[in-house]
Amino acid sequence: MTALHAWLSDPNPSSRRQAKLGQIWLAWLRIRRNRLAMVGLVIVGLLLVVAAFAPWIAPHDPYVQDLSRRLLPPGTPGNLLGTDDFGRDILSRIIYGARITLYTIGLVAVTAPVLGLLVGTVAGYFGGWIDAVLMRVTDIFLAFPRLILALALVAVLGPGIENAVLAIALTAWPPYARLARAETLTVRSSDYIAAIRLQGASSARIIAGHVVPMCLPSVIIRVTLDMAGVILIAAGLGFLGLGVQPPLPEWGLMISSGRKFLFEQWWVATMPGLAILIVSLGFNLLGDGLRDVLDPKSAPK
Amino acid sequence: MSLIEIEDLSVTFRAKGREVRAVEGVSLKVGKGESFGLVGESGSGKSTILRAICGLVPVTGGSIRIGGQPLPSPRGRAFSTQVQMVFQDPYASLHPRHTVDRTLSEPLAIHGIPGSDARVVQALTDVGLPPAFRFRYPHQLSGGQRQRVAIARALMLQPKVLLLDEPTSALDASVQAEVLNLLNRLRAERDLTFLMVSHDLAVIDYMTDRILVMQHGRAVEELSRSDLAAARMTTEYARSLFAASADRMLDPAVAAPA
Repeated sequence: MTALHAWLSDPNPSSRRQAKLGQIWLAWLRIRRNRLAMVGLVIVGLLLVVAAFAPWIAPHDPYVQDLSRRLLPPGTPGNLLGTDDFGRDILSRIIYGARITLYTIGLVAVTAPVLGLLVGTVAGYFGGWIDAVLMRVTDIFLAFPRLILALALVAVLGPGIENAVLAIALTAWPPYARLARAETLTVRSSDYIAAIRLQGASSARIIAGHVVPMCLPSVIIRVTLDMAGVILIAAGLGFLGLGVQPPLPEWGLMISSGRKFLFEQWWVATMPGLAILIVSLGFNLLGDGLRDVLDPKSAPK
Repeated sequence: MSLIEIEDLSVTFRAKGREVRAVEGVSLKVGKGESFGLVGESGSGKSTILRAICGLVPVTGGSIRIGGQPLPSPRGRAFSTQVQMVFQDPYASLHPRHTVDRTLSEPLAIHGIPGSDARVVQALTDVGLPPAFRFRYPHQLSGGQRQRVAIARALMLQPKVLLLDEPTSALDASVQAEVLNLLNRLRAERDLTFLMVSHDLAVIDYMTDRILVMQHGRAVEELSRSDLAAARMTTEYARSLFAASADRMLDPAVAAPA
């Protein structure tokens, strides 16, 4: 272990791979010092574990109905968080729901920021009419309230998890484009961009290798902070019956089905609500911590 | 034949109906292996000439030829193997998120030159930096070290011409001398041609064979090194510029560093 530590924290690495791993190691040390970020990381890590091992963790099948055991309160032996109106175990459904949540978040996280970065950096770097066209398109998307636009898209495409993800991604990219364009404008006239241009680099290379790294930290932080919003929109679409369809155990859908007996059997809606709350909180805390880690300039000397 | 020939160069910026003539009708010739200085106060257009050569600002009149060939626009890859530039501020000219290794290997990657590992280490040694600096970020280096990295980057493609845009004005006096000596050594070793911009006659006197004094975007007077040493200026402006830095030209720390 100590040999590995010494190798990772060597101030004078001897190969590119060692330097890269050393950087990651330093980033890990930095995030470990931030207690709130660690809490966020643990929550997100837990979500990953729960989603990966759902069949082994869940005490019951999330789809098996048992009408003789419907609407049991939390703490009932065998149903830790109670049962819903079809007698399905709420804990098992939340555990399986983590998969759907993670799937949604994952797909949105790899599509919306990438599209936004592309649009924003291209617009900012080239300027002129390209900038004008791309940014007006962005403005049009920004002019609609996000949930309403997502609703309209799902209504056209038809309900379902893929369409919900598509709708969320298509409504989530404009802020990233704005962010990336603003960052690009501050770096595009800098000397280091002039220097690399002078060395014969193509525009694609400059944007991908030199402009994007400058935009990435703020975009990644924004992504983790937006994750909470994505979960909520996905839940909102599920709640309105436009996202994931029953009987899939999506958290928003579960809240929606528990609405009918919110006052008598509060746990049916509250338990998935708490799950959404905790996971959103986890992503927010992680996003806050990442801001410190992703800036090499804030690294201790 | 001259390596750099600039004839009647004009650069005019147009913004919102206003015209700013940064450079007007400047001509100069720099021979192979020569070191040529451009001197003048801030805003006299000297840096703009360098940027015009690099294609970073549009040429609105006149012509620039390197080795007898007019420059294509955009400049292209062949140009970058001929001419490179060292920028004024080493804090702004290195990518803050790239390691020294990435900064130096990028030009090799662009031009598809193999063996970047060995070349990067060699380039660092050539500019007097230990190879241990290879995986550092610019913020972990001092100003002088950064400028050495910037010089190493400019030399990665083995250009014939190095454009120097006040390469030492952002550095303190002792580091200035070191960097100037490094540049002089590299010029001798690699048979480089320098076109250097400075507002500091002491630096120009130490570095260059001939100078062109500029004011308000126009050439005022061309002087050889011996003219400068003997204070044989013909124009009032060159004389006042000389008077402003004459005392420091005698300063042994700058004029004759160890």
